[in-house]
Amino acid sequence: MKKHDLRYFFHEGISNMFSHGFMSFAAVGITIACLLIMGTFSLVAVNANANLQSLQRQSVVLAFIDETYTEAQEQDLQKKIEGIDNVRDVTFVSRESALTTYVEQYGEDEELFRELEPEIFRDRFSIHLKDLEDMQETADAIRALPGIAKVRADEDLSQGFLTVSRIATIVCVALIAVLLAVSLFIMSNTIKLTTFDRKDEIAIMKMVGATDGFIRWPFVYEGLLLGLFSSLIAFFLQWVLYAAIAAGINASDTLQLLDLLAFTELWPVVLAAFVVVGLLVGIAGSLMAIRKFLRV
Amino acid sequence: MIWMKDVEKRYANGARAVNGISLEIEDGEFVFLVGPSGSGKSTIIKMLTGEIAPTTGRININGYNMNNITSRQIPFMRRTIGVIFQDFRLLEKKNVYENMVFAMRAVGAPPAEVRRRIPYVLELVGLENKTRRLPGELSGGEQQRVAIARALVNNPETIIADEPTGNLDPERSFEIMSLLERINDLGTTMLVVTHEKDLVNRFSKRVIALEKGRVVSDRRGSYYMN
Ligand SMILES: Nc1ncnc2c1ncn2[C@@H]1O[C@H](COP(=O)(O)OP(=O)(O)O)[C@@H](O)[C@H]1O
Ligand SMILES: [Mg+2]
Repeated sequence: MKKHDLRYFFHEGISNMFSHGFMSFAAVGITIACLLIMGTFSLVAVNANANLQSLQRQSVVLAFIDETYTEAQEQDLQKKIEGIDNVRDVTFVSRESALTTYVEQYGEDEELFRELEPEIFRDRFSIHLKDLEDMQETADAIRALPGIAKVRADEDLSQGFLTVSRIATIVCVALIAVLLAVSLFIMSNTIKLTTFDRKDEIAIMKMVGATDGFIRWPFVYEGLLLGLFSSLIAFFLQWVLYAAIAAGINASDTLQLLDLLAFTELWPVVLAAFVVVGLLVGIAGSLMAIRKFLRV
Repeated sequence: MIWMKDVEKRYANGARAVNGISLEIEDGEFVFLVGPSGSGKSTIIKMLTGEIAPTTGRININGYNMNNITSRQIPFMRRTIGVIFQDFRLLEKKNVYENMVFAMRAVGAPPAEVRRRIPYVLELVGLENKTRRLPGELSGGEQQRVAIARALVNNPETIIADEPTGNLDPERSFEIMSLLERINDLGTTMLVVTHEKDLVNRFSKRVIALEKGRVVSDRRGSYYMN
């Protein structure tokens, strides 16, 4: 494409945008709303996932070893546990070091010591899993091994978290699909208004032998600019919104447990995603709008 | 060169607008296409510009075979013909000069070429002093001159005019036809549709007469009519 053509398309695109101020405003507004909702839900999903992963990393299954077992038997048992599919790593914790940890955690309070159950002083394996989802099955498999006296796993907590994360993902994908369709529709109708306005010009362009590509470009530029504009505004609003939500969570007593990713860590991805989605909506909307004019 | 062989056009509603027409127009010719209203003149023009396709028969215009032309080639075929209509079809919001620029830009002409070509064409049609006027500020005859200038501005091989004087009084009509004749003298092939017998008879040109979608006469200098 020649440089003078490019300048012409750009100029036409901008003037199209301003000639339908209200509709352009509506298209930008709807696209911003869509991007914000998409962005917020995606960020919730991303954070849920991050928390899930750290939970996965932290959450341990404790398997207490039968007191009659010898050291050799214990080593044999560790190999067996390591052989189970979902097990990431197994650490042997002696009763002495377990006690030390316990004392460090709660202090040397006599009364507490008296109430301690005997099993706390058993040797145990501290086991990390690969996938929390199969915690139940893995715990059962460990429990079934001879020499394991008792298994302690936090199945409810991990299940609850998994459910939240899964629902967030599903809602997120569904919402994004619907919102994309809506913003595409509004965008294409905005640009359709311009094509109606310009149908005489389009007819003359066709008459004198303009190519479809040439006729299309100003409208594509209009969509592109509207999309870009929307994505940049949405990005800054998303930033503000995220900061506000993060502040709210940190201030709350119950939600403080959640570990929010910092926006400074996320912004390049958010910006890139917004710009890509905004441009796609703008370009696809304009191509949809102009399609019917290019048939003659 | 325009070349049609056994062309028929039947519209979706069953109207048989063109019923087997064969004709040949050489480069540089000036041809009047005449006939009563509804005889198929505009239908022929639309088939030549690729706006509609013939039902049967073969058409070739300036080397483009319209029977197997691709949609990508159509714009380039259209650049070889300038089209003029009865209703001028100017952009009302653009002045004379801008209307010219628009037509040149649409085919990707570089700005230097635009600046060089437009004054020449506007002088040729006698509008060099009205370049900043809007179409609404011009008379019908002047507006048609703008349309002629626009048809010429991309230097086509052929000009096709469908009733170019239909909205003009006889004196203005004669001036427009004389202008088309002058442009033809400069080498552009001219196909002019009209149903104004008196006007045609003031020029001594080849006249193809249609009736009910058929050629009923094709000869020089006279207008066949019952
Ligand atoms: N788009 C159309 N659909 C159906 N019939 C049409 C259409 N255009 C023209 N016709 C019919 O075809 C015939 C020829 O029309 P046209 O080519 O416009 O004649 P002319 O230009 O000589 O007046 C007329 O009977 C007209 O009613
Ligand atoms: Mg007609």
